[in-house]
Amino acid sequence: MTGFATPSTRLSAERVPEPILSIRDLVVEFATEDGVVHAVDGVTYDVFPGETLGIVGESGSGKSVSQLAILGLIPQPPGRILRGEADFQGRDLLKMSKKDLRRLRGGEVAMVFQDPMTSLNPVLKIGEQIAEAIQVHQEDVSGKAAKERTIALLKVVGVPNPDRRYDQYPHEFSGGMRQRAMIAMAIANEPKLLIADEPTTALDVTIQAQILEALKKAQEESHAATILITHDLGLIAELADRVVVMYAGKVVELTDVQTLFAAPRHPYTVGLMDSLPRLTADEEWLRPIPGQPPSLISRPPGCPFHPRCFLSQGRARCRTEEPPLRKIGRDGHLSACHFAEELEGHTSKLVNEPVAGATS
Amino acid sequence: MVTYIVRRLLYSIPVLFAASVLIFFTVTAVGDPLANLKQNPLFSQQTIHNIQERKHLNDPLTTQYAYWVKDAVTNKFGSPLLQPGTKIWNDLKRVIPHTLQLVLLAEILALIVGVAIGVYSAIRQYSIFDYAATTFSFLGFAMPVFWLALMLQILFTNIFIKWHVRIFYTSGLSSQDPGSGIHFWIDRLQHLAIPAMTLMLLSIAQYGRFMRASMLEVINSDYVRTARAKGLPERTVTLKHALRNALIPVVTVSAINFGALIGGAVITESIFQLDGMGPYFLNALFNQDAYVVMAWLMVSATAIIIFNVIADVLYGYIDPRIRYD
Amino acid sequence: MTETTPDSDVKFPPVVGAGPDEATISPATPGAAVADLPDGVDLVHEHGLEFKSRSQWAYARRRFFRHRLAMASFVVLMIILLAGVFAPLITPYPFAAQDFAHSGQPPTFKAHHYFGTDVLGRDYFSRVVYGIRTSAKVALIVTLVSTIVGTIIGAVAGYYTGWVDNILMRFTDLILTLPALALLLTAAAFLGTGNPTRVAFILALLFWTGLARIVRGSFLSLREKEFVEAAKAAGSGDLRIMFRHMLPNAVGPIVVNATLIVGIAILTEAALSFLGFGIQPPNPSLGKLISDGQDVSSSMWWLVTFPGLTIVLIVLCINFIGDGLRDALDPTQRRTRA
Repeated sequence: MTGFATPSTRLSAERVPEPILSIRDLVVEFATEDGVVHAVDGVTYDVFPGETLGIVGESGSGKSVSQLAILGLIPQPPGRILRGEADFQGRDLLKMSKKDLRRLRGGEVAMVFQDPMTSLNPVLKIGEQIAEAIQVHQEDVSGKAAKERTIALLKVVGVPNPDRRYDQYPHEFSGGMRQRAMIAMAIANEPKLLIADEPTTALDVTIQAQILEALKKAQEESHAATILITHDLGLIAELADRVVVMYAGKVVELTDVQTLFAAPRHPYTVGLMDSLPRLTADEEWLRPIPGQPPSLISRPPGCPFHPRCFLSQGRARCRTEEPPLRKIGRDGHLSACHFAEELEGHTSKLVNEPVAGATS
Repeated sequence: MVTYIVRRLLYSIPVLFAASVLIFFTVTAVGDPLANLKQNPLFSQQTIHNIQERKHLNDPLTTQYAYWVKDAVTNKFGSPLLQPGTKIWNDLKRVIPHTLQLVLLAEILALIVGVAIGVYSAIRQYSIFDYAATTFSFLGFAMPVFWLALMLQILFTNIFIKWHVRIFYTSGLSSQDPGSGIHFWIDRLQHLAIPAMTLMLLSIAQYGRFMRASMLEVINSDYVRTARAKGLPERTVTLKHALRNALIPVVTVSAINFGALIGGAVITESIFQLDGMGPYFLNALFNQDAYVVMAWLMVSATAIIIFNVIADVLYGYIDPRIRYD
Repeated sequence: MTETTPDSDVKFPPVVGAGPDEATISPATPGAAVADLPDGVDLVHEHGLEFKSRSQWAYARRRFFRHRLAMASFVVLMIILLAGVFAPLITPYPFAAQDFAHSGQPPTFKAHHYFGTDVLGRDYFSRVVYGIRTSAKVALIVTLVSTIVGTIIGAVAGYYTGWVDNILMRFTDLILTLPALALLLTAAAFLGTGNPTRVAFILALLFWTGLARIVRGSFLSLREKEFVEAAKAAGSGDLRIMFRHMLPNAVGPIVVNATLIVGIAILTEAALSFLGFGIQPPNPSLGKLISDGQDVSSSMWWLVTFPGLTIVLIVLCINFIGDGLRDALDPTQRRTRA
């Protein structure tokens, strides 16, 4: 399909490579006591090899669920994938057999989760858990070889004394080290696609920088495409090439990271940028986005953002017609807003902020 | 770890001591051990006087307590109220193994079955099996042990009467001439089968429910999600990652149960006329023999305390997060 | 597909912000957004944006009624209890009336001997119903006393902590090291039995321990909460804080456990009476009925079966109700029904 954001300009401009992951119109819902929760409502985007795609959104925007769903990690009784396609290297993940999907998980597609304390099995040694990931995907690897590779991986992600740490349990690791062990576990089989779900959210800010380093090293080591799910715009600025902004289970904006900060074209993105405090100037008041995210069970008709939107101003179209994700202006920039053009010419206040490490 | 065990055992000693105080003063407080005898015309004044001398019943309570403890430790708990020639410990020595056989048989089987039921209920939550298992558990909790015992007894007795097939024995510990070696034990098993079934029901209900809850918690945990995300086959996820964590609380509970059942199988043993701790205790109660009662309570308390220590140690052994050094 | 003109029926000034440098599009403050709207557009009450707020108790009640088994058990239990309360009205015969002409009969409908008669010709249905009465009385006394005692002890231990907690908990643990049934039997043997009230108090001596533990746990965590600090700062005395502020928050587990105690009390009293250490004649007791029928159990099976079934039914209902209460009152439990 054409019309979707091309990869960042870092890659060669001669040919547009094939996306490694293509998600088309994914719809996931959950049956709960209070009704059906529409967690992911028609999500579409691509991921290209070698790039880092950031997915930004509030809690409940569906950013994690869409990834968990395509990997088959959503328990299907309360959850249900209603429709959609998720092409990974030409094969539709949603139509794959459970066995094939399992072979992919941890092998070509790996995931790093949010809370490393609860994401590691407390009664097994860390080294064992990583070696297990290796041995289940590469059956001819001996126990000793797996152990050696594990220790090498731990070194890559920056865990000191890896040979001693191999025999330790998760509770003997600090939070940052645990997350590094998780990253090591994820890249153990040289995945083509690495999904990092809020990798630094549960950690101290001071540790976050270390984890970023570990992630960067992991990317270098494995040359994997990375999906970085987070609500932290700073992380996005630091690591992402392109960004998907999600709200209420839908994609509302998709573009490369520079454009996202310099010229956002969706009122939600604008609101997000605006709500960040400026580092270099005094501000008297912080400007949050007013209101609450909508209930995913009974969503208002029309655009999901309209009750909180400054751009809408009660216009009937916003209240009745759901805006499709469409091209805006420059190539590769998509926005789901009827009136995105009215934001033309406006840059977010952050464009002049010193953002550490941002490439221009 | 060894230091922990030693420390824990040492700590148990004052608990034992406190238990002994509690037992002694409770039992003596609730009544005069000789009350029944004094009313019984068969006992002469001389006999009663002898007993009072022997048991120092005219001394203050604390002295009596001291004598009791001395008897317990050095003289095999001394002798029963009315039989100065025998020693209580000899009787206890006889009945304890019988009870142990019953309890071990029942609890080990109950653990295996209960864990299996619990695990399967959790993996197939809300399935027919789960609902059936839950119903079974609830029935188990609602059923009086003695009633179940009687029902089973009736059932098997009637099977024997109607069809002349004796699968299991409905009373006693052994037949008249059980033979030796393996024949003896097979015969013993046949006698213990129905009592064990009775005890098992409640335990299976308990363990099944507990295991199910524990397993459900574990199955929805983040680290199981990680295990799946690693691409591990579902069986490995269940048995290696989930089960090991889910078993921890169940194992410790069962260790505690063992201890409690030493003194708790009273009803089952008496209905099935097994020569164990239960009937021994009931007899002592009927005779209002305070000394046997106290000795029995001490042995029970000791068993419970020991098994509580075992449970703690086991917990620390299985769960690496708990390290007591 | 690109729309550049707003709807024709509504005209707005362009939304563009102020000067080029600032370039901030000021997000509307809530007041501004509403003020800018044309008449007739009310975003708050628009379809799909309404929120129904419910109180905590309403949630709990709703969850309890959803639990069908608990509701059904509640109804059944009420029927049984009422049968016990109105025993004299519904039993066809007085429970002690002997009738040798009709002794040892299996259950029939003819002479209104629904559960048959026993060896002495007494109507078994009546005896069972009166037995229910006694069991209910004992269970209620036990539950009431042990709940009160356990709550007080647990509250004091959890609130004051320190050596008070230590002593109380050591004492509780000590009682727990002794086998429950044996202790009860001992107490019964030496204290004398027979009277339901006396038996109830003997049982209550032991049953408070579990509840004390739970209340202590609740209070230990509650005392760290801010509302306790606030109450202290406002000058409330300890007792007031404990029972007026903290206790209502601990009510959930207390209620659930108290319900379970009722069931255990019934089972334990039955066991005691069965062994002969509980309620004695002439007071009726389901346990005693079973033990009476023990000797003739192979021929007159109904003597053992009906009292037992009654006990099972009562305790089963109680357990289901307890389960429903746990579902309703424990907010951490989520049951997603597909």
